[in-house]
Amino acid sequence: MGSAPPKGRVIWVSGPAVKADGMSGARMYEVVSVGEDRLIGEVIKLQGDTAFIQVYESTSNLRPGEPVEGTGRPLSAALGPGLIGSIFDGLQRPLNLIADMVGPFVKRGVSVPSLPMGKKWHYVPAVKPGDEVEGGSVLGIVQETPILEHRVLSPPDLPRSRVVQAEPEGDYDLEHPVVTVEGPRGREELRLYHYWPVRQKRPYRSRLPPTVPLLTGQRVLDTFFPLAKGGTAAIPGGFGTGKTVTLHQLSSWADAKVVVHVGCGERGNEMTEVLVKFPELKDPYSGRPLMERTVLIANTSNMPVAAREASIYTGVTIAEYYRDMGYDVLMVADSTSRWAEALREISGRLEEMPAEEGFPPYLASRLAEFYERAGRVEVLGRPERTGSVTIAGAVSPPGADFTEPVTTHTLRFVRVFWALDTGLAYSRHYPAINWMLSYSGYLDSVQGWWEGNVDKDWRYLRDRAYEVLQREDALKDIVRLLGPEALPDEEKLVLDVARLLKLGFLQQNAYDPVDSYASPRKQVALLRLFVEFYNRALDALDKGARIEDVRATKVASLLPRLRYEVPEDQLERLEEVRKQLHAEFDALLSGVVKEVV
Amino acid sequence: MSSWGGVEYSSIREIRGPLMVVEGVDRAAYDELVEIELQSGERRLGRVLETGLGMAVVQVFEGTTGLSTRGLRARFLGKVLEMPVSPDVLGRVFDGLGRPLDGLPAPVGESRLDVNGSPINPASRDYPEDFIQTGISVIDGMLTLVRGQKLPIFSGSGLPHNMLAAQIARQATVRGGEEFAVVFAAIGVQHDEAEFFRRSLEESGALKRSVLFLNLADNPAMERIMTPRVALTVAEYLAFELDMHVLVILTDMTNYAEALREISAAREEVPGRKGYPGYLYTDLATIYERAGRIKGKKGSITQLPILTMPSDDITHPIPDLSGYITEGQIVLSRELHRKGIYPPVGVLMSLSRLMKDGIGEGKTRADHQEVSNQLYDAYSRAVDLRTLAEIIGRGGLSEVDLKYLEFGDAFERTFLSQSYNENRSIERTLDLAWEVLSILPEGELTKVKRANIEKYYRGRREGG
Repeated sequence: MGSAPPKGRVIWVSGPAVKADGMSGARMYEVVSVGEDRLIGEVIKLQGDTAFIQVYESTSNLRPGEPVEGTGRPLSAALGPGLIGSIFDGLQRPLNLIADMVGPFVKRGVSVPSLPMGKKWHYVPAVKPGDEVEGGSVLGIVQETPILEHRVLSPPDLPRSRVVQAEPEGDYDLEHPVVTVEGPRGREELRLYHYWPVRQKRPYRSRLPPTVPLLTGQRVLDTFFPLAKGGTAAIPGGFGTGKTVTLHQLSSWADAKVVVHVGCGERGNEMTEVLVKFPELKDPYSGRPLMERTVLIANTSNMPVAAREASIYTGVTIAEYYRDMGYDVLMVADSTSRWAEALREISGRLEEMPAEEGFPPYLASRLAEFYERAGRVEVLGRPERTGSVTIAGAVSPPGADFTEPVTTHTLRFVRVFWALDTGLAYSRHYPAINWMLSYSGYLDSVQGWWEGNVDKDWRYLRDRAYEVLQREDALKDIVRLLGPEALPDEEKLVLDVARLLKLGFLQQNAYDPVDSYASPRKQVALLRLFVEFYNRALDALDKGARIEDVRATKVASLLPRLRYEVPEDQLERLEEVRKQLHAEFDALLSGVVKEVV
Repeated sequence: MSSWGGVEYSSIREIRGPLMVVEGVDRAAYDELVEIELQSGERRLGRVLETGLGMAVVQVFEGTTGLSTRGLRARFLGKVLEMPVSPDVLGRVFDGLGRPLDGLPAPVGESRLDVNGSPINPASRDYPEDFIQTGISVIDGMLTLVRGQKLPIFSGSGLPHNMLAAQIARQATVRGGEEFAVVFAAIGVQHDEAEFFRRSLEESGALKRSVLFLNLADNPAMERIMTPRVALTVAEYLAFELDMHVLVILTDMTNYAEALREISAAREEVPGRKGYPGYLYTDLATIYERAGRIKGKKGSITQLPILTMPSDDITHPIPDLSGYITEGQIVLSRELHRKGIYPPVGVLMSLSRLMKDGIGEGKTRADHQEVSNQLYDAYSRAVDLRTLAEIIGRGGLSEVDLKYLEFGDAFERTFLSQSYNENRSIERTLDLAWEVLSILPEGELTKVKRANIEKYYRGRREGG
């Protein structure tokens, strides 16, 4: 293999797919520069000295004969302070810098550094000469944003070495060598940032079980279908079912230290919305603007298709980097279907043999690899730390058909399934998460956390409420044929309570300042009201009360409103409602008992 | 478009469908414009879809009928398709490739723009949030359109989508009274439909601030690939160079997608669903995403694409993929149309994603969002109960259920229905909404805060 990067020429162009000859010595997934405009591409197939290249920028006007040059390195992300608060394209180019350079329309062949190279950061060292460091060790601290302490890490592949020189506390730019080490590879200078190939997962020491929930402030998710830190979730839904709104809610309210939000092949205005809203929205845990913990990657639907694929990997690599500092990171990918379609398009142009619906046969293995990069782990290096990457991916099934390949393959590799339902969306039940189809594989593993930290009755309340919803689902068919009036009172009560749960608990208005976020305490306190209402009403019916009496209670008309009428700082009002509930049923019963006597 | 320079070739290897394979080509650029001269002297245009050493696949816009592998000359023009623009484009009529149809000379370009455009940098976009009053209750009240949005009309054959679009084009204003420039692109529609639009623009006096691009049903199908792009190029010029607010109407996107399928089939590509190419989503996005606002620019592009759903099927790839890209959809309902209701908007399937930021205090009225939520909730319940009532009869329904049925009918008759010439203010629309909501008992209005119930509810209040 020649050591100099190959130099070839374009021999064929069809959309984002390009063939070049004279490329002997090129490696798979090596980054190449294509044509006179120096478009960025990546080698995805080699045959003799012909390389198949997917080009990340528009190939309009590219001609056979133009030069192709290898760079000798795989597609890599630059990892260091300055990531937070940025908006990048799929290749980690800062979009605001591109706008400054070429105006509001994205042009081709723009070369900009991923991180602000000239900016000075205040660095506090964590190692001194003589200390031993290894891959992933903390070298020092930089305050990246008011809420994020950036731990400067040695590259994960650094062998065990000894610090021979360490800069004192001071202001340094990214290129300044802050630590010099000596080890098996000789003398190495370490800086505030390093590169990591995006297609390769960053190593860690060991995996930990997912026992801590990733709270989202969304009642139907946290209470009924919880996600765990280090877990994986898929959220499929047809258009208009609220995928994007739900994912924005996750990015806004998740109790993660860092959120990486990847807009992959979606709408431009949605990314703008995040850019406009996140600096205004406050993180409920720190009270600081959400942008101070967020990294945005935007490769919108009209931007070149191949870069969608890169955006997913760039995103998860940045997520892993913050995990390695010892933080809980949430990565949101909207939408993985567009990434799969990018694979399909390139594969089709290369005339590869298709599997289901034209998707390439390696779709499943690519999805599996991606979701496997989630996890709660003990990270490399010193001191010992744990961190997690949680992945939530949207899926956009054509025609809202969950049997299509991307959805079915994704479900094989994720443990939480939040199914968005077109019917619920049409009746404006948001979030339109279908409680009969959805599931969470973490229910048992996070039970301990909820019962230890929030309320010992959590699982009972959750299961009791879910039982009502299940019974309602079974009764629905009968109601459709006979009407609700034909049912006995006890079953009418099930329908009533299910309706109350839908209005007052499952539905959550993302745009209402009070309702948008519900703390674990509020969730449990609300749920307890519905369950106790059900239990008391059941008991009252049993003792001779009529369903009309139950419906006439004041508390029944109160329950649907509490979610948006009781703010977080007045949760004691829920306790008052609870007293009122019991008082009303006591009164009802004494009336009933008198009648019987 | 006259020929200018370029390299000429005459060795045609193959002609199939709309495609022509030219041999011996040295260095054709991907997407390059090609001028083809027939023996008769007739000239056609095409563009390069695939290029290799010594070979180029060319898509011929005017179709390949009458082409022969001999006696043709293909001239590679060294540029992509461009549209000359200047302020004089207003009031003009062009064909599907941007050539004048009104007998006047081509606009003397201040500049010539690549019709493919470039993606707007997401970091340069400004978030759309200016309420557009269309004067149509169901849209203003429940599916609010904002400046810079792309909101398609999903229709079916025979439904009055053209009337609705024309009514919007005629009545749309923003508060402060600014008017829209209208860019209208007819993509494979019948002559009468295009004429209906032209007349409607003329009658309202909007023609002089409109630009029309006409690719009619009997014009070459391959031109349709370029028609929306040419139209949007002019729209971008008007919006971002001349600071105008532009309303773009594209009708009918189904014809566009079919032309795309034809090319894909001729290229023997692996098909996705229903024979449409796997890149249909990406391709549609390069059209729909050319809407919006840009920071620091005064103008905006609001898109109103119209597409007819084959056999009224919303899961068909064209509406389905469009819905994933656009910011909502206005779905027309055949059932409502049969009932004689205009506009027959099936509100439950319709949605405007950008509504929330365009309404409320200072923009429309403080109760707007809650009223809209309540209308959706109540109407959806009314529709469910209608089905139930058909099976078990009204006798099996409770008192409250019957009120919902009454509400459902009043909603369709009073709120939804209006005439083609009726222009309702947003206040009138919201008052009408309260009028029909007041049929329901107060306790049912769970989506409205108490303060607004006290202010607007007109039904019988429950004790205190």
